[in-house]
Amino acid sequence: MDINDLRSLFTVLAFIAFIGIVWWAYSDRRKATYDEAAMLPLDDDSPFVPSGPQVTKNQERKSS
Amino acid sequence: MQSQATYNYKVVRQFAVMTVIWGIVGMLVGVIIAAQLVWPELNVHEFLSYGRLRPLHTNAVIFAFGGCALFATSYYCVQRTSHAPLFAPGLAAFTFWGWQVVIVLAALSLPLGFTQAKEYAELEWPIDILITLVWVSYAVVFFGTIVKRTVSHIYVANWFFGGFILTVAVLHLVNSAAIPVFAAGVLTPKSYSAYAGVQDAMIQWWYGHNAVGFFLTAGFLGMMYYFVPKQAGRPVYSYRLSVVHFWALIFTYMWAGPHHLHYTALPDWTQSVGMVFSLILLAPSWGGMINGIMTLSGAWHKLRDDPILKFMITSLSFYGMSTFEGPMMSIKTVNALSHYTDWTVGHVHSGALGWVAMISIGSIYYLLPRLFGKPEMHSKKLIEVHFWVATIGVVLYIASMWIAGVMQGLMWRATNVDGTLTYSFVESVKATYPFWTIRLLGGLLFLSGMVIMAYNMFLTMAGGKAVDAPVLAPAAAH
Repeated sequence: MDINDLRSLFTVLAFIAFIGIVWWAYSDRRKATYDEAAMLPLDDDSPFVPSGPQVTKNQERKSS
Repeated sequence: MQSQATYNYKVVRQFAVMTVIWGIVGMLVGVIIAAQLVWPELNVHEFLSYGRLRPLHTNAVIFAFGGCALFATSYYCVQRTSHAPLFAPGLAAFTFWGWQVVIVLAALSLPLGFTQAKEYAELEWPIDILITLVWVSYAVVFFGTIVKRTVSHIYVANWFFGGFILTVAVLHLVNSAAIPVFAAGVLTPKSYSAYAGVQDAMIQWWYGHNAVGFFLTAGFLGMMYYFVPKQAGRPVYSYRLSVVHFWALIFTYMWAGPHHLHYTALPDWTQSVGMVFSLILLAPSWGGMINGIMTLSGAWHKLRDDPILKFMITSLSFYGMSTFEGPMMSIKTVNALSHYTDWTVGHVHSGALGWVAMISIGSIYYLLPRLFGKPEMHSKKLIEVHFWVATIGVVLYIASMWIAGVMQGLMWRATNVDGTLTYSFVESVKATYPFWTIRLLGGLLFLSGMVIMAYNMFLTMAGGKAVDAPVLAPAAAH
């Protein structure tokens, strides 16, 4: 086994890792986490900015 | 966490204001060198000659304008989505002042003729060391803030910003490795690259292309994933697509560099690998663009009267256009026509003006009123004017460069029946003059847009006072 076999092996492993990531990201288990994560930028608006056109109910603080 | 704690907006304010200032400076230098191509007599002095001002232009727009925009937006985004103020505020202040010193040193040393002669890495070794110090501090502040976060999830924009910071550190360290020579004294730095021949060329374009991929793409995608949802008031179209987008970009971008070296001494197989990976890159690029644009789905009406959103969505359209054009140009047979012509220059500016500058401008317009305690920018009308002036400028710029580039490529390859060249090189230069004039006009329009932005910015700052928003309590729901 020379260095080039290792290089080929690394490429294949990287590819498998990527397919794994796609499978993981699209698995149902991740859905709830991602739906919540997607709201992170919108949940964070402080009352410092007077309510402008961008403020929606999504930007209100969660009560819990 | 104490309720009085506030986010560190000071460094964000500093970088945001300097983004606009350096934008004007960098683009002004661009307009000057565009004019020098039309009127060569404008090369009045060696310090102000085309060959020295051109790297000053690229460094100023990429690292001064783009760099300040990235610092400002990443510091803002990472604090707010982590629900924690910046880690090590003193170090954050050092990144601001250190980066400004780097820019000033670049503006002095490049016209004086000090250069490592590596594209986008021209700055001589003492400045390279300062860049390294600033960059490591940036990484400490950014990742330190992520460690300090009070929410469990790391928002996707921070992944993009983090990827950009880490990769640029590696790129800078490897490509700028050089042996300094002290023969001429400390004040006249001179160095030689640690690499030689084709290896040097490959490392340079591994750096060069990934500077495009990570400095000018990943960082600005971070901006997109935070500021487009903010301005649209809606979450990103598909969060899982954004995760796949991130990893696809990370896995493929690194390998595309050889397309800058088609038909050179670089081994053929390396060129082909570069071409194939460039073609693959179309997938993550368009995935990301679609994700950004579709964030507006169901709320397209917002585009009608929100000029900031217009900037952002137009920037994504230009991103889609230039990331389609790039893979096409990396195909060897297309490259045989396009390489060394103004088509490349047009392609770069479709990405740099259309994508990078416009997403930055949109994000800075979002930031400024929030940083200075105002409900909105001084004049919405002027943002609208800026948008149209800038868009027409980009279109004039890239359309003229397409025509000029294809024309140059065709003229250079044209042969007579006896095998001799149909045109001399200078004939292609002569034929390009009208297009260089149109390009100059396009650049002037884009620059005037930045001047309008500066006017609007100063009027927004006037009477406003610097505010730091309070840190939000850790959200239990996360």
